[in-house]
Amino acid sequence: MSNIPSHLQYTESHEWVSTEDNGNARIGITDHAQEALGDLVFVELPVVGDEISQGDPCAVVESVKAASDIYAPVSGKVVAINEDLEAEPALINADPYDDGWLFELELVDTEELDGLKDAEAYEESLEE
Amino acid sequence: MLQHTPLYNAHVAAGARMVDFGGWEMPINYGSQIEEHHKVRQAAGMFDVSHMTVVDILGNQSRHFLSYLLANDVAKLQTPGRAFYTCMLNEAGGVIDDLITYFIEKTHFRLVVNAATHDKDMAWITSQARAFDIEVKERPELAMIAVQGPEARAKVIALLDDADAQLAAELKPFNAGQFGDKFIARTGYTGEDGFEISLPADSATALWDQLLEAGVSPCGLGARDTLRLEAGMNLYGQDMDETVTPLESGLGWTLALKDDRAFVGKDALLKQKEQGVANRLVGLVLKDRGVLRPGQRVVTEDGEGITTSGSFSPTLQKAIAFARLPGGVAQSCQVDIRGKLLECAIVRPPFARNGTVCEGVI
Repeated sequence: MSNIPSHLQYTESHEWVSTEDNGNARIGITDHAQEALGDLVFVELPVVGDEISQGDPCAVVESVKAASDIYAPVSGKVVAINEDLEAEPALINADPYDDGWLFELELVDTEELDGLKDAEAYEESLEE
Repeated sequence: MLQHTPLYNAHVAAGARMVDFGGWEMPINYGSQIEEHHKVRQAAGMFDVSHMTVVDILGNQSRHFLSYLLANDVAKLQTPGRAFYTCMLNEAGGVIDDLITYFIEKTHFRLVVNAATHDKDMAWITSQARAFDIEVKERPELAMIAVQGPEARAKVIALLDDADAQLAAELKPFNAGQFGDKFIARTGYTGEDGFEISLPADSATALWDQLLEAGVSPCGLGARDTLRLEAGMNLYGQDMDETVTPLESGLGWTLALKDDRAFVGKDALLKQKEQGVANRLVGLVLKDRGVLRPGQRVVTEDGEGITTSGSFSPTLQKAIAFARLPGGVAQSCQVDIRGKLLECAIVRPPFARNGTVCEGVI
């Protein structure tokens, strides 16, 4: 059974969103996603300053098995990326919700957050 | 309905992630594919390869038949137990499958062909066999475990009784022997030393458990793929198929073309040689960060080609690939990864074998 922290929000495409104290949204992939992908070996992140729209493919994570697009759960401007992932993509496998975060967005429209799934709804979507 | 090998329950018990592989539900990994890969390069790992098709060719004309069926010359196999790697071709020289052929005795050869090509292989072998007085006999009751890595042979030998242990220890590469209910061959698909062991299905779990207890790590098809890629070994259906010849697939070394032996596909190969082989299979090492995958566009000074296999190499810590490229021997090329052209060195596989990176690759 995969780990689904209750304080985060989720997408059907297995991204998580954490609303930070400063109002920014931090984004990563779920425990379920990292496990399904297997050992991650390469991550391509957006560039700080990029403006991305909800649903856009904006990053790529690659495991030994396959490449997988990351879709923006919400719209915003990229204000930070996890630079540790360049040297150590396996941080995503080891700690998908903390050290393995991908990037942080300054939100355009906080209402977009309301459309995301809570932990319970995400867990249900995994069971389907 | 997916087929299960006799070791299915052992995989599930070991926490394997199972996938559909050519109609068989097989382990892709038991946790970390990269750790499994390193185990095989550095110690010992084992793979369930029971899904592969074992076919015995029986009868007085066995050698005669295989001389016609196979692109390598079965006349090279004179000592019982000797084996080689070969392709069987169609009339156009296209590869129907690649396989290992074992010479067991005068009236008995054994072929091990791929699982995903089972039906077409059996149909082909059977149709070609009609002109010969032989029996084609599948051996679905056999399971197969590949034990690979620098410590693999010692781990297997320690499980045999004294007389068998001594004989098994003396097996040279590409040689096999029958030891009680186990057919043990010093062959593999990883670039490491080791054995491939065929045995009755109902004995397979006991051997698997003994090997586990001896410290041999279970490894899935994921690690098997990166190991064979590093070792410069082709995967049927990806690196070659019926639309290409061995000459276009880096397999010229498996052909025996020089004498007057007739075999299926020979005329097409000779004609292709005479006209010049337009495409060759080479190795690529990505100079930049990123991962090479099958089906990526390759740009060279002589025109465009395509990657056929590609992954991240745990031993090199770089992306590697096989690519089918036109023209002569360029030193480098560019691969299109999501619209960006990234630089690759062109090398001659293998990339890594016997625990280490091969010379000249990086």
